[in-house]
Amino acid sequence: MNNVPIMAGLILTGILFMIGVTGLLIRRNLVFILMSIEIMLNAAGMAFIVAASKWMQPDGQVMFIFILAMAAAEVAVGLALILQIFHKFKTLDADKLNNMKG
Amino acid sequence: MLSLLWIIIALPLLGFLLLAVSGKKLSRAVVGTVGVGTIGLSAILTIIIGISFISGLSHTKVYVQTLWQWFYVEGFSPSIAFHLDSLSMTFIFVITFVGFLIHLYSAEFMIDDEGYSRFFAYMNLFIASMLILVLADNLLLLYLGWEGVGLCSYLLIGFWYKDPANGTAARKAFIVTRIGDTAMAIGLFYLVMKFNTLNISTILLSAQHLWPVGSTMAFTASILLLGGALGKSAQLPLQTWLPDAMAGPSPVSALIHAATMVTAGVYLIARTNVLFILSPPVQTIVAVIGTLTLLLAGFSALTQYDIKRVLAYSTISQIGYMFLALGVGAWSAAVFHFMIHAFFKALLFLGAGAVIISLHHEHNMFKMGGLRKEMPVTFYTFLIGSASLAALPLVTAGFYSKDEIIWYSWSSAGGNPWLWIGAIMGAFITAIYTFRMVFITFYGEVKMKPEKKLSNLILIPLIVLAVLSIISGFIQTPSTLGGVSIFSSFLTSTLPEVIENHFSEGLEILFQVITAVLAISGIFIAYLFYVKRRPSERSHSAAVNFLLSGWAFDKIYDIIFVKPVVWMAEIDRHDFIDYFYTFIAWLTGLGHVVLKQTQTGKLRWYAMGLVIGAILTISIVLLS
Amino acid sequence: MDVLFYISAGVAIGSSVMAITRKNAVHALLYLVVSLLSAAFIFYLFGAPFIAALEVIIYAGAIMVLFIFVVMMLNLGKDSERQEQDWMKPKIWIGPSFLVGILFIEFIIMLSGTGGSYFQFVKVSPREVGTSLFTSYVLGVEMTAMLLMSGIVGAYHIGRRKKKMRHRYLEGSDE
Repeated sequence: MNNVPIMAGLILTGILFMIGVTGLLIRRNLVFILMSIEIMLNAAGMAFIVAASKWMQPDGQVMFIFILAMAAAEVAVGLALILQIFHKFKTLDADKLNNMKG
Repeated sequence: MLSLLWIIIALPLLGFLLLAVSGKKLSRAVVGTVGVGTIGLSAILTIIIGISFISGLSHTKVYVQTLWQWFYVEGFSPSIAFHLDSLSMTFIFVITFVGFLIHLYSAEFMIDDEGYSRFFAYMNLFIASMLILVLADNLLLLYLGWEGVGLCSYLLIGFWYKDPANGTAARKAFIVTRIGDTAMAIGLFYLVMKFNTLNISTILLSAQHLWPVGSTMAFTASILLLGGALGKSAQLPLQTWLPDAMAGPSPVSALIHAATMVTAGVYLIARTNVLFILSPPVQTIVAVIGTLTLLLAGFSALTQYDIKRVLAYSTISQIGYMFLALGVGAWSAAVFHFMIHAFFKALLFLGAGAVIISLHHEHNMFKMGGLRKEMPVTFYTFLIGSASLAALPLVTAGFYSKDEIIWYSWSSAGGNPWLWIGAIMGAFITAIYTFRMVFITFYGEVKMKPEKKLSNLILIPLIVLAVLSIISGFIQTPSTLGGVSIFSSFLTSTLPEVIENHFSEGLEILFQVITAVLAISGIFIAYLFYVKRRPSERSHSAAVNFLLSGWAFDKIYDIIFVKPVVWMAEIDRHDFIDYFYTFIAWLTGLGHVVLKQTQTGKLRWYAMGLVIGAILTISIVLLS
Repeated sequence: MDVLFYISAGVAIGSSVMAITRKNAVHALLYLVVSLLSAAFIFYLFGAPFIAALEVIIYAGAIMVLFIFVVMMLNLGKDSERQEQDWMKPKIWIGPSFLVGILFIEFIIMLSGTGGSYFQFVKVSPREVGTSLFTSYVLGVEMTAMLLMSGIVGAYHIGRRKKKMRHRYLEGSDE
């Protein structure tokens, strides 16, 4: 029953984070990019919970609450931006939005 | 009384400052008064100081007035000091007196010109610089005056600057004399290196004690100083600038390019005579250059059709006589000829100027004629000046001074029969070209009627100089004609006596007769060619054109010096050295172009950048 | 317990992979919800029931729903699905996957230094979390509150559709 090594938990968070990074790099649609960012945030929070569980202290969980709040605010603003971009440029292709080149 | 020496220089300098700053706002009358007045006061002061100096000559041969120390660098400390002895006394007398007459003349001559105050400012600055040059106690102060007169010569040749040809002539004068000035500067550096001082008396004394006769040190020093003298005095090979310098107004030609600046070389050699005596080869070179120049210029003067260019070549020729005298060791004869030449050459230039403005700036002699009846005063004074130049025997001052040089070219220790032959041939040619000029301009029928009635301000200087051209010769006559030696005994306090080989009196009289005969026959030949069979315009034959161009020196210099430099400049048009620096700039630009590729503006690209950065950072941490 | 952990870990990983590879945005979001739910179960297993509840309520319940609403508002449609298909060629994801793989290997290497202890699965009650939150981390709470406030204001302002200003002369000419 108690044979789950801490390493496994951390590796799990690592895998989830890498999946998020991969999603960020390979998708061109802004919505999917934002989604991948959410996956990464979740994975990072999970790492905190794993640490809290190891030391049996609530600090990790407090950290996760903060991350959660921040993710919420960020998603709100990000989606608002996506709406504006869609209305202005009529596309959600991240590669098309390269006016800052050069 | 002698302590007022510095005022002689300060007055023209003050005049220059006043006119330079506020000349445009002052009226013609005030400008003229200031410009002429300062020189007039200087002249009066010079005469007073001269009388005081001459009367005390038996016990004070030299008077030095030190104003202040100029600077002090490692033991080398020149001072602003003035050195008055008989040599510089002669020079300042000529400079201020002839200068005053020329200023008086130009007060009327330049009256219609809009640069009236600028003209007098430059002329005053010139007089001040020339006085500094001849009164300088050390060679550095002399060089200051030297450069000052060069500057004023440039400014005044190019006085009518709106015509670019005048600017070109001024630049040519400045650059050619610069070559000589550079040689002189190197000579000054050499002397400082050897003696750690540029005080003239100290140098001459030390050189006499330390340097043996014929040593390389004396040779180096004297030949470098000679280079400077050749540039300023327009002798071979640097004589090409003087004929073109006639682009300036006639008073400028009279003052700078006849009476004073071009004789600065003569002054320099006379002043540093010890260095030249210690180096006989250089003295020979001086004499040879003098003779060659006087012949070359004389032949060129035979063919000129511009009245001022005849006088320019004549000046080169007469200074050749002075160099000849210096080269054979007849120091006081050279200075005597300088003084007499200043009088009659200034007179001739002023007279030519009067003719030119009366005929509305016409310079071509062949377009003039018959002015003898139209402008009598000018004619008679011009005739007296020409007679003096041609050394008309016994009555003119020019005869006595030129004859002295011709005699010494034979009889002095450095003399040589070849030099004597060159000198008398020069005298013959001088007579011809001088009277050619007189006959073409003043005889024959009137081609252009002079309009302006010349005022007294123009005529009085002409008359005064004419009188001087006659009577000033009588202070120095050869032993066969009275033996008056006021001038040479005046100068023996400064310059060494000429060392003569003794010849009989009969030989001397024979030579004088030969010279006299040559002069008169020259006048006669000119009469034959130009009064009897009068050519209506100048000849265009090839020989004449060759002589006209001053023996094609300009063309030779163009081929040897100007064209290669221009060719090199053309090759280097895009500036090879600059390529290195533009290459560095180009490299930076290349870096920019390359790095610009990383700024794609794409979000995913930057995210990948983050990932790669994280990988690298972690690997660095792990590997260390 | 161990088995439960491994099973939910597998589900989380699988559904995350599915989430990032779908053509349809809504499908991907639903897979993401599944991933979050399995994460919540993992949190419960690790002794953080409060957090598990929060995960479900806030993350899966509010944030993902917000996402879904916005995606539906964007009305992406069949064209965007075809486009997404075009963009998912192998040459697109080979490179990034390789880089991420290297990053993961480095991550493992970094972790390998730490000791291998085991989970206790002890529950840390909400009471402890609350106490810690409002005594040690009360400043953080205040800052989070400000952050949320700025998030609201920002989202409102950015999301506003500004009316296009037309000259009154042209006002009635087109809709």
